[in-house]
Amino acid sequence: MGELKLLKGNEAIAEAAIRAGVDAYFGYPITPQSEVIEYFMAEKPHERTGMVVLQAESEIAAINMVYGAAASGKKAMTSSSSPGISLKMEGISYMAGAELPGVILNVVRGGPGLGTIQPSQADYFQATKGGGHGDYRLIVLAPSSVQEMADFVKTAFDLSFKYRNPVMILSDGVIGQMMEKVELSAPVPRRTDEELIRECPWATTGKPAGRERNIITSLNLDPAKQEQHNVHLQEKYRQIEASEVRFEKFQCDDAEYLLMAYGSSARITQKSVQLARAKGIKAGLLRPITLFPFPKIEVQKMAKQVKGILNIEMNAGQMVEDVRLAVAGKIPVEHHGRMGGMLPSPEEIVTVLEKKLIGG
Amino acid sequence: MDEKLYKEIVSDENLVYKKTSLLTDKVLSYCPGCGHGTAHRILMEVIDEMGLQQDTIGIAPVGCSVLAYEFMNIDMQQAAHGRAPALATGIKRTWPDKFVFTYQGDGDLAAIGTAETIHACNRGENFLIIFINNGIYGMTGGQMAPTTLPGMKSSTSPYGRDTHLMGFPLKITELVAELPGTYFVTRQAVHAPANVRKTKKAIRMAVENQINKKPGLSFVEIVSNCNSGWKMTPTQANQWMVDNMFPYYPLGDIKVDGKKL
Repeated sequence: MGELKLLKGNEAIAEAAIRAGVDAYFGYPITPQSEVIEYFMAEKPHERTGMVVLQAESEIAAINMVYGAAASGKKAMTSSSSPGISLKMEGISYMAGAELPGVILNVVRGGPGLGTIQPSQADYFQATKGGGHGDYRLIVLAPSSVQEMADFVKTAFDLSFKYRNPVMILSDGVIGQMMEKVELSAPVPRRTDEELIRECPWATTGKPAGRERNIITSLNLDPAKQEQHNVHLQEKYRQIEASEVRFEKFQCDDAEYLLMAYGSSARITQKSVQLARAKGIKAGLLRPITLFPFPKIEVQKMAKQVKGILNIEMNAGQMVEDVRLAVAGKIPVEHHGRMGGMLPSPEEIVTVLEKKLIGG
Repeated sequence: MDEKLYKEIVSDENLVYKKTSLLTDKVLSYCPGCGHGTAHRILMEVIDEMGLQQDTIGIAPVGCSVLAYEFMNIDMQQAAHGRAPALATGIKRTWPDKFVFTYQGDGDLAAIGTAETIHACNRGENFLIIFINNGIYGMTGGQMAPTTLPGMKSSTSPYGRDTHLMGFPLKITELVAELPGTYFVTRQAVHAPANVRKTKKAIRMAVENQINKKPGLSFVEIVSNCNSGWKMTPTQANQWMVDNMFPYYPLGDIKVDGKKL
C-alpha cells in the first residue's frame, strides 16, 4: 500500500506529478486551481526530483513553455481553469498539429466569459471536440475523485507519449477543491537524458553527427502534404478510439434505466442510483472515464438493455449529444443539467428520472 | 563556364571560403537582396565554429523566417506567432546545458509576442534572441509593423504611418536593455561587409555568454531591409535603411556584461 495523505484534488495532482517523474510544470494562477502551482512552489520539486516549476506571465506563455519542453522530449504539464484554458487553446492546437505529448489540467468553472469561480462542466465541447482551430482531438480523462486526480497524472503522460498527443485532464471545481484520502504511488525518478533520447528519437535534443536534424512543426505549405498529415492524425484518433476507451459501471447488471454522468456529477448521480433503488426503480450508472474516446459501444450495449437514459451534467447538455449519437434514437435520452456553478442534488436527479423517463 | 577552367579555379588550394555545413542545400525562400540569408549564415557559422551543432536547439517564428528550419542544419522547433521566447524558456529550463536561440522578426517579437519577449528578458532566461527588424510585416505582404517608421508607407498605412492614429515605432531593444534580466543587448546590421563582421562578433559574444552561463539573456537586433515590402531595389533598400532606419535605430552595443553603455 502506498503512502496515505489527506489532500485537495489540486494538491494531489501536483504531488502525483512530482512522484511520477514529471520534468516540468508551467502555470499561471486562476481560481479554482491556484493550489496546483502553490503546492508545487511550496514543495520545491527541484530539490526532490529536479522537476522544473515556473510561474509564467500568462496562460499563453505557460502552454508554449510546455510546447518547448515537450518538443525536446520532456514530460511537461500545465493547469488552468476555463477562461485560462481558452487562452491555451492556440498552443494546444499547435501541440496537436506538431504531435507533441503533454498534459493539461482544466479545473472547470462556470462560463461563458469570466462566468463564476464555482464548479461546472461547461467545457465538455471544448475539451472533446478539439477546442482550438483545426481538425484535432485531445485524449480527455475525467476524474471523479481526488484519488483519480492523482492516478490520472501517470495515465495521462503514458497516453500522451504513446500517441504523441496532448492529453487533457478535465476536472472541475468540486474535484479540485475537495479533500479526500489519497493513496500515493511510490516516487519514480525522472528519466535521464540518455533514456529520454532513446525513448523520443523524434525530439529536438541537439543534432548529433549520426542522425538527420529533428524538426518540430505544424506547418505544411503544400496542401497535399497537409492533407496527408490530417489523414495521419485522423487515423491516430481512430486507433485511440479503438484502444483507449475507459469507463466504470455502477449497478448496471439489472438496470432498467441508465444514468450517465462523469466527474463530480457522477459522484452525485451514484447516490441517486441508490435512492432510486430504495424506491424500487432499477437504475444504474455508466460513468465515462475517457470523454474522448467516448465509450460509444458501451452506451450502445446498454441501450439494448434499458428503457431510457438520463444524462446528468453541470451544463446545458453537452455530453448528451454524444450519448444521442451513440443511441441513434433507439431509446429515449433525456438530459438534466445545472449551470452557473450550481450542483444537482441526488434527490433532484431521481425526481427528474421519474418525471422525464418513467412517467407518472 | 568551361568545365576544365572551372575546376582549375575552384580547386582546394584556391578555396578561401565555403558555405558552412550547418546550412542545408535548400534554396533560400527569401527575396534576393534580403538580409535574412546573411543573418542565417553568420549564425550558423558561429555555431559551427564553436562546435555546438549537437547542443543547439533553435526556434523559428511566424513570419518570413517561419521556414528557417529548412535552411539550418540543426534541431529546430517552429513556434506560434510571438511565442518563441516561451518555447525557449521551456527548453532551456529543462535542458540547461543546451545552446538555445530564437530567431524572430519585428511583428513577431515586438507586437504579438511583446509579453513573451519582455518577460523572458525580465526573468533573465539564459538564451539568445536574434531580432530581425525590417520595419514591416514581410511574409503577409508588407503591412505596418510595430517598428514601421513615422510617415513610412505600408499596405496598412498606405498614406504613411500617422503617429497620431497609429502610434509610434517601438524601440523594444532599448526597452529590454533597461531590464535587469538582460546581459547583452546590441543592435547591428548586415548590409555591408564591415557590418557583417561586427554582427558575427556580436553573435559570437552572445553564444559565449550562454555557454559560459553568464547571468541573463543576450539580445541581438539586426536592422534589416525588406526591398520587396518597401517596394525598392535591393540597393535602394539598403540606402534607404542607412538614411532612415539607422537614425531611428542607431547601431552599436547598448548593454555589455550586464552594464548599460
